[in-house]
Amino acid sequence: MAQEDKENIIDQPEVLRHKMVTVEIAGKKYDVPEGITIIKALWYSGQEVVRGAGCLGGFCGACAAYYRTKDDPKVRTCLACQMAVQDGMSITMMPPFPARKATYDIRTLKDPKQDLFNLYPEAPLCRNCNACTEACPQKIDVREGVWKAVFGDFKSVSEMFMDCVMCGMCTPVCIADIAPNLVALYVSRAQGAHFTEKPVGLDIRIKEIQDGRFNDEWTKLLKMNEKELADHCATVK
Amino acid sequence: MDIHALQQIVHQTRDARRKQTLPKFSPADRDQLIHKYHPDFRESAFRPLRFGPNVGDKTAIELATLLEGDSSVTDGFDLTPDYTTDVLVVGGGGAGCAAALHAHAAGAKVMLATKLRLGDSNSVMAQGGMQISVAPEDSPVTHFVDTLKGGHMQNDHQLLKVMVEEGPSIAKWLLSLGVLFDRDGDGNLHVKKGGGSSKPRLLTCSDYTGLEIMRVLKDEVLNQNIQLLEFCAAVELTSDEQGHCTGAIFKDLDNHRDVVVAAKSVILATGGIGRLHIQGFPTSNHYGATGDGLCLSYRLGAKLVHIDTFQYHPSGAVYPEQLIGALVTEGIRSEGGHLVNAKGERFVNELDTRDVVSASIIRECEEGRGIRTMSGRVGVWLDTPLLDAAQGPGTMEKHFPAMMLQFERFNIDISKDPVLIFPTLHYQNGGVKIDTNSETNVKNLFVAGEASGGLHGRNRLMGNSLLDLMVFGKRSGLTAAARAASMPQGKLTVGHLKGFRAEAKKHGSASGVVSPMILPAYTRKES
Repeated sequence: MAQEDKENIIDQPEVLRHKMVTVEIAGKKYDVPEGITIIKALWYSGQEVVRGAGCLGGFCGACAAYYRTKDDPKVRTCLACQMAVQDGMSITMMPPFPARKATYDIRTLKDPKQDLFNLYPEAPLCRNCNACTEACPQKIDVREGVWKAVFGDFKSVSEMFMDCVMCGMCTPVCIADIAPNLVALYVSRAQGAHFTEKPVGLDIRIKEIQDGRFNDEWTKLLKMNEKELADHCATVK
Repeated sequence: MDIHALQQIVHQTRDARRKQTLPKFSPADRDQLIHKYHPDFRESAFRPLRFGPNVGDKTAIELATLLEGDSSVTDGFDLTPDYTTDVLVVGGGGAGCAAALHAHAAGAKVMLATKLRLGDSNSVMAQGGMQISVAPEDSPVTHFVDTLKGGHMQNDHQLLKVMVEEGPSIAKWLLSLGVLFDRDGDGNLHVKKGGGSSKPRLLTCSDYTGLEIMRVLKDEVLNQNIQLLEFCAAVELTSDEQGHCTGAIFKDLDNHRDVVVAAKSVILATGGIGRLHIQGFPTSNHYGATGDGLCLSYRLGAKLVHIDTFQYHPSGAVYPEQLIGALVTEGIRSEGGHLVNAKGERFVNELDTRDVVSASIIRECEEGRGIRTMSGRVGVWLDTPLLDAAQGPGTMEKHFPAMMLQFERFNIDISKDPVLIFPTLHYQNGGVKIDTNSETNVKNLFVAGEASGGLHGRNRLMGNSLLDLMVFGKRSGLTAAARAASMPQGKLTVGHLKGFRAEAKKHGSASGVVSPMILPAYTRKES
């Protein structure tokens, strides 16, 4: 067994070396182990994290962060729970950005494609700078999405933005004050609520339940004793 | 050895494995496997509770310590309400949002409080899907039977019947709000087969089902202008002279002030316990999954159920280091992905229930057929490239974009290389005992979602959690709202703490542990 174990060990030099690197967090330098995530680097450097951490799995968008690697002028964006630190990295968490969210009752919209311009009148003012796309840590072509929304191609937008974690990093960079993630959310919901086929099978099933189609089966099942129920369950494969 | 060299055996054995069919274990073999290898059966990791509503019942030591913990609220605390509402929802995940929306729609004044942001939850991470019996060859009864089998026949029948029967109407509600479930060519809802289910029943939004539902529900909570109290952690409930629940006390995590909310009903939708790291396991759970609702309910006298059983999701990432504990969705196994040991062999039917699959992975690793990492972890391969091999190039990218992206960030292409996985602490099977309206034995105290117990028995089936959240979030919200119209606001006291503290003292519990935990202590204290 020991022999076998030795053969099946993955090389991870980054773990063995325990190499420390120097990173700059919000302007202060700290030594942290190389390769840990930015969130873990915050904890390692002794900071209490309340804002700026959520699911820790790359889905909730709470930990949007800016970072720059050594000697590179380019400031990039990431989700801090998904980005490994490296030597010379400068990091700052993105503060909550006061973007305007329109409010609407999605179910009672009369003309959702036209309503877009009432709810988000800034949407058609995109100046094509592409900063939103560059800022997206989910690699969504945000700029293209905004244009598609404006031209009424809601279906494409809903597909393109399925990866959107609502981190909002596309918003502070927009020179036309568009909040692309919020526009896309409206468009996706409108697509789902108004422009998607109604699933016939679902309504049939709801009616079957209302009409008591399964009542006899329920009565039989719920009357069974423990043994009978176990035997019955064993027959369902 | 280089990881790619170790992965060769997976590539070499793929074709042979694809011709294999692995039968599921017999009930006797399942039991034996689980008893020998499942973490729930590691006796030394559990202890009986010494006092409180579940005195004598066994639970994980980490949870027992918190349940017996003291409140941070001291005598003479000023209980003058800062806010008054009909329905107070604690928790901003799926169950909390559903409860708030339904209570609001029923005309109640609603406040939703959460210790992180609205939506920061486990719900947002749910990838596998949501079980609802919409297919013609399926039925709510079959859904019931599958869930019962998965739960080792220990599920509460009434709760379970309610859940499976209300599933289809929940799907309709979500569709009306704009949730984009995957469809078949004819417009019907596409269903996938999940572990432990006899029929395809999983509704999905690619592998972003939880994210898509939560994006929509969060947006709806904001559109409905429901009053929010974010970054406020519940630290105690209040009760009147009869011991009925009348509100809650919060700690504002930004300014450290106390916030008192008077409410006619309280709905706890506080989620799970992964961040307690039971038995030292890594977890797939979000930052705030510290079981707060269990501690609060327990001190107020609510009975808990099935608190000795936890779900370890079979496929938590083991490599790279940064992703340890993160989930590799079960959807990959649903679509035929194999689990493969260091010898290139399959060892379990990948679509068996989570407890069986997890136990079998632990067995492989304990018996020396695992793959080790230099940081001392061990795991088995999940053959992800098999999906492209079987269904054509691009399948992984199309069906599992979230997974692809997560590994791509670390320069790993999981459509080409298999993933190393090991069970990760994923779900609390039990929780606070509730009735079909989601109410506990403490009047006007409701619990919905993962914090509640009974519905899933001793092992939750994949895809049943999202449905649980929506169904019991709704029922708690509607019941609490209906009650609010005809009842006065009860008095706010912390009288229940007197009895709890007296009991604690009798049992020598001067441990100094204050609960709930609120957030895990990951911050390093010294250099």
